[in-house]
Amino acid sequence: MNVSQLSVFIENKSGRLAEVTRSLADANINIRALSIADTIDYGLLRLIVNDPVAAKNALADAGFTVTLTEVLAIEVPDKPGGLAGIIDMLGESGINIEYMYAFVGTSGENAIVVFRIEKLDEAIAALKAKGVRILTGDELHSL
Amino acid sequence: MYLWNREDECMDPGKLRALRGERLAKTVRHAYDNVRAYRQRFDELGLSPEDIRGIDDLEKIPFTVKSDFRDYYPFGMFAVPMDQIVRVHASSGTTGKSTVVGYTRDDVGTWAELMARTLGAGGTTKGDMVQNAYGYGLFTGGLGAHYGAEKIGATVIPISGGNTKRQIQIMQDFGSTVLCCTPSYAILLGETARELGVDVESLPLKVGFLGAEPWTESMRRQIEESLAIDALDIYGLSEVLGPGVSYECMEKGGLHINEDHFIAEIIDPSTGKAMPPGSKGELVFTTLTKQALPLLRYRTGDITCFDDGKCACGRTFIRMHRVMGRTDDMLIIRGVNVFPSQIEGVLMEIEGTEPHYLIVVDRRPGKMDDLEVWVEVSPGLASDEVRAMENLERKIDAELQSVLGISLKVKLVEPKTIARSEGKARRVIDRRDLDQ
Repeated sequence: MNVSQLSVFIENKSGRLAEVTRSLADANINIRALSIADTIDYGLLRLIVNDPVAAKNALADAGFTVTLTEVLAIEVPDKPGGLAGIIDMLGESGINIEYMYAFVGTSGENAIVVFRIEKLDEAIAALKAKGVRILTGDELHSL
Repeated sequence: MYLWNREDECMDPGKLRALRGERLAKTVRHAYDNVRAYRQRFDELGLSPEDIRGIDDLEKIPFTVKSDFRDYYPFGMFAVPMDQIVRVHASSGTTGKSTVVGYTRDDVGTWAELMARTLGAGGTTKGDMVQNAYGYGLFTGGLGAHYGAEKIGATVIPISGGNTKRQIQIMQDFGSTVLCCTPSYAILLGETARELGVDVESLPLKVGFLGAEPWTESMRRQIEESLAIDALDIYGLSEVLGPGVSYECMEKGGLHINEDHFIAEIIDPSTGKAMPPGSKGELVFTTLTKQALPLLRYRTGDITCFDDGKCACGRTFIRMHRVMGRTDDMLIIRGVNVFPSQIEGVLMEIEGTEPHYLIVVDRRPGKMDDLEVWVEVSPGLASDEVRAMENLERKIDAELQSVLGISLKVKLVEPKTIARSEGKARRVIDRRDLDQ
């Protein structure tokens, strides 16, 4: 099972982000990682949480538009050149990264980085062939 | 091809034109002689009925409007003594007094003929079982369809509207082949049939004549699928006649206007000037044969356009596009007429469902008017990628600009940003102070 990421459409108005985090807190959801892409009028908040389905329902009930997207979570060696190595591998396989962000906390020796990739299955195959460990949704959510 | 009256419906254009000119002159004379409102208006303009000799003189005639019916309530627009009126109908006005219309015996006959053309265009013949679910009463729909079906010699089930399960029961038991009702009621009938587990494919029902409210192509598809019928659009308004003013043939490419009985025009609603062929504007009718209630250049408030191209059905009557909106909703922005229905049409194409949107018009001192279109981001439109959202904005923007012909700003907003109201949603906020 791949990792599910939530994306929430938020208008640039004061208090909207607070409402997202409050809704998640009330539903007892733990946020594992997040990033925001912003434009002049709105932002897209991307979240990795412990229970994506429950989080989606909680936010939808609060009136937000939420989409679930499959993303790639990879263990990256927590040392100079660790991330560069992974990105080189993707580049060599002709795979584009739409966007990426790092995980809060680590798993053992390694950092975790979330990648949004159009050709997800190809990316997984290419990285696995090179011995890169890819985290499953279950592993990530239970961290 | 289904034709009730080939001789009239396929009349030679030259002959039709001459007939219309002759009938127009007669109608003007009749209206002037017998209706105070027309006489006063003509006299004020120094216009005599003799000045109207043919179609080319039409534009000299002043408009008639809905409020004339209020001002001359209830029978002041009638052109014959009450002992010649055999029927009245009335439509409920959203503001104030209702609009009252009357018919002589000949008018009722004309109406039956025009509704026979309407029902005949969808294949209704003697032997058909017509389930007439238009309301009977002051509303013209019920009796209008009734007389047309009887004229054809079909069997009429005067069931009127409502009691939906019973409608389905009778449809099955009587073997109804033709349905007359509003499009929204046809949708309800389809849904109810499905809930009751009725196999619509096995029913003999073949065609529906649907009108009395605006509808869309996607509603047509839904109705045709859920009831396994051909769904045809019919148009009319009680002031002009009732149903039977225009009707679709099986080509489903617009509604043929009964041009031997009505002159239709498209005008610019803001200037009142005639618009070039094919333009979208306000529909105006002049009656040519009505005795009790002759109408000269009556402004319907309905927005449509004409197609004078040849129709494969053989009828020579011009076609009007299904009604696209109302002038009541029209905005004039930087001199361009903008209808909320145009914006809705573009958004429906993009999203595939009826979107929630709001049109915001603003005027800043010394600046041109701003047009903003707010669109709620439904799950179907949302993405996790900024690029996709920006593409969406640009796409809506480009399509709206090409349809409206003016620049605007599209703003994506969160769901439920736009206030919902009972019934009709409020689609326009005009912040311009237009009284100054």
